[in-house]
Amino acid sequence: MNIPVEYFLVLSTLLFFIGVFGFIVRKNLIGILMSVELILNAVNINFVVFNRFLFPDKLEGYIYGLFVIVVAAAETAVAIAIIINVYRSMKNIDVNTIKELKN
Amino acid sequence: MDYTILLLAIPFLMFLTIGLLGYKMTPKFSGLLGTAGLAVVTALAYYTAYRYFFTEFGQAAEGAWETNVMFNFTWLDLSNANRPDLMIKIGMLLDPISVMMLVVITTVSLMVHIYSMGYMHGEEGFQRYYAVLSLFTFAMLGLVVATNIFQMYIFWELVGVSSFLLISFYFTKPSAVRAAKKAFIVTRFADMFFLIGILILSYYTKTFDFQALTAVDTEAGHATLVFNTMGGKMFMGLSVTSIALLLIFLGGAGKSAMFPFHIWLPDAMEGPTPASALIHAATMVVAGVFLVARLFPVYFFEAPDVLTVIAYVGGFTSLFAAVIACTQTDIKRVLAFSTISQIAYMMVALGVSKYGGHDGLGFTASMWHLFTHAMFKATLFMAAGCIIHAVHSNEMDAMGGLRHYMKKTYLTFGLACFAIAGIFPLSGFFSKDEILVAAWEADKVLYWCQTFVAGLTAFYMFRLFFRIFFYEEPKYEHHTPHEAPANMWVPLCILSVYTVFSGWFPFSKWISSDLIGYDIHTHWPIALGSTAVALLGIGIAFALYYKKNNIPDRIANACNSFYTWASHRFYIDEVYLFITNKIIFGGICTAIAWFDRHVIDGFMDMLGWSTNTISEETKEIQSGSVQQYAWLFIMGVITITALALYL
Amino acid sequence: MELFSANSIIFFLLATIILVFGVISVTTTKILRAATSLFFVLFAIAGLYLFLSYDFIAAVQLSVYAGGIVVLFVFAILLVKNLGEETEKVSCQKKLVGGIAAAAGVIVSLITIFKYGFIINESADAIAETVKMQTVGETLMGVDQYQYLLPFEASSILLLACIIGSVVVAQKNKEEKR
Repeated sequence: MNIPVEYFLVLSTLLFFIGVFGFIVRKNLIGILMSVELILNAVNINFVVFNRFLFPDKLEGYIYGLFVIVVAAAETAVAIAIIINVYRSMKNIDVNTIKELKN
Repeated sequence: MDYTILLLAIPFLMFLTIGLLGYKMTPKFSGLLGTAGLAVVTALAYYTAYRYFFTEFGQAAEGAWETNVMFNFTWLDLSNANRPDLMIKIGMLLDPISVMMLVVITTVSLMVHIYSMGYMHGEEGFQRYYAVLSLFTFAMLGLVVATNIFQMYIFWELVGVSSFLLISFYFTKPSAVRAAKKAFIVTRFADMFFLIGILILSYYTKTFDFQALTAVDTEAGHATLVFNTMGGKMFMGLSVTSIALLLIFLGGAGKSAMFPFHIWLPDAMEGPTPASALIHAATMVVAGVFLVARLFPVYFFEAPDVLTVIAYVGGFTSLFAAVIACTQTDIKRVLAFSTISQIAYMMVALGVSKYGGHDGLGFTASMWHLFTHAMFKATLFMAAGCIIHAVHSNEMDAMGGLRHYMKKTYLTFGLACFAIAGIFPLSGFFSKDEILVAAWEADKVLYWCQTFVAGLTAFYMFRLFFRIFFYEEPKYEHHTPHEAPANMWVPLCILSVYTVFSGWFPFSKWISSDLIGYDIHTHWPIALGSTAVALLGIGIAFALYYKKNNIPDRIANACNSFYTWASHRFYIDEVYLFITNKIIFGGICTAIAWFDRHVIDGFMDMLGWSTNTISEETKEIQSGSVQQYAWLFIMGVITITALALYL
Repeated sequence: MELFSANSIIFFLLATIILVFGVISVTTTKILRAATSLFFVLFAIAGLYLFLSYDFIAAVQLSVYAGGIVVLFVFAILLVKNLGEETEKVSCQKKLVGGIAAAAGVIVSLITIFKYGFIINESADAIAETVKMQTVGETLMGVDQYQYLLPFEASSILLLACIIGSVVVAQKNKEEKR
């Protein structure tokens, strides 16, 4: 294992901000949700990498990574349920046109 | 506190009753109610006068008159440890001049109440008229019995208000509204000086009370309190006492229509004639004289220079108004200028007066003339009201030869004219004579001036008299003039009785500058001189106006420009208009308005505009777009992180 | 580090896959294509976990993410009509704004990463071996220090709540239709 920890962090940083970019740019809700998944994964990489490189004898980051995956899965499931429901009632999932809650 | 509180309470209750419930009464009932209430007040006032002058009630030791405070309750307490006496009280102070004023006010007011039943018959707002008359009577009585200068000021403003209401009685007439506004603004403007004067005075003396203010130490020749607190204090080269007293006099000058505040009184004739008789001839306009008389010891001992100013202002005003009166053609305006002139006479008398005993003759004469003038001027106004009632016009041109139609009016008007001209043995003779004597003893210039004014007075009054009752009869087209009803001529006759006999009252026993009675006697040289001048004036008037001829016009043409100036009242109103419109409104106010509109409003607009713009701009942020929020959030986090780490 | 050692080749390969497909998944106009790219990203991340010798989390990543969530996405996309064919145009302004945020974040983060060193535990290389399943299980199920039974149970309740929630959200409209 001779890859410096910084390389992993650069990777996760780039992935994180790719996700942020997607979150800001995407129009439809599913696209935004995917960007959120990217962000979560970038964070997850950090957890795992820090666990691996800084505290290899413990399992904090590892377990946190697991929990993040679990929470992300749950969140995605609920979010998709909502998206489908929104689509049913509005025939549209473009964030710019969904303004029922605004007023 | 005893029955005397009723003197104030009854008129006030009448005002409330008629004012609030008048619309439910028939006009006749409201008139009768007001008159009945006032009759009670008059009876009480006469009883008070009797009690004061003829029983021990008014007698102090050593033959002097007592100053009785009947009640005096605190209305507004401004005292603290530093100024234990500074409180505004409402009370009743009875001394010779206030008792005399009670008699004058209630008498004239009662007569006016009765007279108005006929004069105002069928007018719309009859009840309102009676309500305001009651308010006025209440306010005027409160003014004269004031125990302190602030109570006087309060009632002073109240009479101003009721005067305003009565002048604007015909409020559908634009000229009446204008006149009311003019009267109110001019007097109010003068009252501002009055208030400043009161404040200066009370700032130093720490009291409003008249008795404290006018307490005199005759040995040292000082008004004790004022001298101790204000003596020697200077401001801008003048003594503070003089400034304060001059300002107070200016307030009085506004109410009493002294030059240059006289402009409101002629216009105030727009009101109903009986109201003019009460307010603008007999009572309210003499409030300024009463004010100076009330504070006379202070004026005399602490600010004799102001007294001189008063004397000369009075002298000038009397001459000035008398000249104008000769040229006016509206009979009520002639009477109005005559009133100004006569009040100025009283001011002259006060101004030349000294303190104590026979030296205080001017003071006595002033109050005496106030009394007699109130009676004969009210008579003249009421008679003029009868004439206007008969011919439906104020202009002399519509009159002439009326003696055939209105006998009683003719007689009473004639009597009053003789009285005001100062012909023996009518009342005006005595009071005017004493004024001239006082002037002679103090200042020859003023004496000659006032004698000349006496002649002018006789001339313009008889000009009026001959012009109305003799001269050439115009064509009375619509109907022939007729005598006024009984409820109009009866008060006229009653007042004529006063006009004839009030000269014989022993005024000097009753009213004097130091509250100690003394004897006076007629000074025949001066009396004969003034009578001669008056007869000369009557003679000229007779020559010019007894029969129609063209001499008056020729005289008017001969002194063309002067006549024009006088008939336009020396353009004083125009000067005022110029000052207010061009200088104050056009110059100062335009600048201020510009400042207000552009700077103040601009600043406010800018606040509103910037708030609006900022919110317009920033509300875009509140778009509801999650992505925009996310972007702002991320940028915020990045910025904060960068700042936290690298700054 | 050697540029051409097996380790670095594998790392760069995985990193390239993650970044390239990450970019594709956020920029492509076709949503189904984005889902596919996302699948590759997640897959490569699972590889990264394996590369770090964390087998179990890699497996979870594969099964939950690559297997579960992506399938869920695909189903959702297909359920939402026309979305697969629909092209999504993004305005340049929006791209610029997003780019600015991303670039700023990247710059700040990278400066921070390279400015501050990390205290690397030297034994990391030494224990570069697979974490035993038994250890993972004990850690999850234990109640001692550094053991996580409570979060585990909490997450199970969370999952239950999610299931119920999804059902309720999905059912609501049906009831309304009746």
